[in-house]
Amino acid sequence: MTTPLLKIEQSSSSLSLYFYGDFTLYFVSKYEAQIKSANFDNIQNIEINLDNVTYLDTAAAIFINLIIEKVDNKNIKYRINSVNIEFLDTLALTQKYKSNIITQDAKKEQGYRYKLGEYFYENILGLFAFMAFLGKLFATKIHFIKNFKQIRFKEIFFEMNESAIKAIGIVSLTSFLIGLVVAYQSAYQLKLYGANIFIVDMLGISILRELAPVITAIVIAGRSGSAFTAQIGAMKITEELDAMRTMGFDPYMFLVLPRILALMITMPILIFLADIMGIFGGMIVANIDLGITSEMFLSRFTEVVDIKHFYIGILKGPFFAFLIASIGIYRGLIVKDDTQSIGFNTTKSVVESIFAVIVCDALFSIVFTNLGI
Amino acid sequence: MNSIIKVNQLRTVFDERVVHAGLNLDIKQGEIYGLLGPSGCGKTTLLREMVLLQKFHGGEINILGYNLSTINQKDSQALRGQWGVLFQAGALFSSLSIAENIALGLVEYSDLSKNMIDEIVAFKINLVGLKPADAHLFPSQISGGMKKKAALARALALDPKLLFLDEPTSGLDPISAREFDALILKLRELLGLSIVMVSHDLRSIYDTLDRIAVIDDKKIVYEGNLDNIRDDTSEFIQTFFKANS
Repeated sequence: MTTPLLKIEQSSSSLSLYFYGDFTLYFVSKYEAQIKSANFDNIQNIEINLDNVTYLDTAAAIFINLIIEKVDNKNIKYRINSVNIEFLDTLALTQKYKSNIITQDAKKEQGYRYKLGEYFYENILGLFAFMAFLGKLFATKIHFIKNFKQIRFKEIFFEMNESAIKAIGIVSLTSFLIGLVVAYQSAYQLKLYGANIFIVDMLGISILRELAPVITAIVIAGRSGSAFTAQIGAMKITEELDAMRTMGFDPYMFLVLPRILALMITMPILIFLADIMGIFGGMIVANIDLGITSEMFLSRFTEVVDIKHFYIGILKGPFFAFLIASIGIYRGLIVKDDTQSIGFNTTKSVVESIFAVIVCDALFSIVFTNLGI
Repeated sequence: MNSIIKVNQLRTVFDERVVHAGLNLDIKQGEIYGLLGPSGCGKTTLLREMVLLQKFHGGEINILGYNLSTINQKDSQALRGQWGVLFQAGALFSSLSIAENIALGLVEYSDLSKNMIDEIVAFKINLVGLKPADAHLFPSQISGGMKKKAALARALALDPKLLFLDEPTSGLDPISAREFDALILKLRELLGLSIVMVSHDLRSIYDTLDRIAVIDDKKIVYEGNLDNIRDDTSEFIQTFFKANS
């Protein structure tokens, strides 16, 4: 096999390009540099010789055509020599299908007011779309209440298992650690004042009322909310949702409502579990660090921590669950027809549901405080 | 002519299900070779095994002189540079425009100038029958047929010697399908391409294929050209070719 190379022979008025061996796209830029360095002044004839070329690919053919084009513009005569007819065919083919990509006009740079307006407008549209989703959801719920038998119990139980029962481990571990950490940090402060026993009041109220519900919601948003978005988004891309619609299965009945109901039912149970684990974690620290035995801890607990704190924490569960599930599913439903969109919407769904949970928690705080509960 | 693909006593098993058992193939250089057979007979699996996407469980596959069971990382990269693969649904990268999809291999594997790459991309886009204006569209903005054409342009970007096509004409309109066939024949003639394809399109089978292999019941039941195929007594061949004649 001949080694691929280009020999340039130059006389006073003519230039000859001899190509050897396989002429493929991997050699084009090397040859290009070689030809550029040649002196084209006073040249009237150019010969392109392909006699010794063993293989010519389309990139090389395009390259030769470009040379010819340039030479033609300079009114220099050219000649192509090739013993192989197929190479000439390849040249003709590339010439025939030559085209230019219409370069896109660069988008006009808009001012910040335009961008701000656009951003605002898109977000407003997004909000409206979410409202529409909630409306559809509400309508489906009404339908369910009227036709109780149509509720998809099988799907609800399946989703309860998938998105909540399987999360028991991580929820308990997280809340146990949170209980541990909060108790440990406050134990140090309380010791300074000799107010050791007040750790029970502190832990009881903070964990039951705020920490357990919020931590559970955050774990579930990261774990199950993102899964809702990814699952439904993938189903949308593969046209499974459309298939369901054409077969007369309303996706709201089969996918949306079961997920939301499942999470609303199981969230209070998870919060209850988080309460137990959080208090347990605090109890261990109280025992080791502050010398409060578990009997003391528990008897003080029943004395000072009102049952209402527990109820408030549990009550938050269904609300948080609704927010997480509906945002996750909504984000899944608006996934566009490309793979990037799934990632984008999954990220958005987690961020938005955690944000929504915290806003909701703040509202609860204000409402309950004003009601004096 | 020398063979470029040799499959010898291939065996593939999915869990309990045997897909190929003792399958032999021999594909020569410059040939357009078709893999046919009923659904689920393992045509696409065989294609995936040839392009190093799937492991097989026995026998051997030789492609362009490399034995796929013992191939090392470096050789497999070299091999991947010599073939183009067209997937059934196109499999274009959705974050890149059509032009970027086609240019990707050129940008990564060659030292061509931007100008040259643009020329090549424009040529390939035109060659497969897309419009220059489509170049800046993204895969989510174009139809299934256009995706297929763009994917073919991507497969052809580096002028491979070997082309694997998984149902190239399915999803194309009849006119585009015939143009596709003509294009394949033209490319073979000019560039000496060897093509392996899975196809169900009878027109395309008769117009383009030199030789076919029919896979049924885990092995090849027929290998050869199309002239004698109707004499074969296998059930699939009888129903497929007789019913459609």
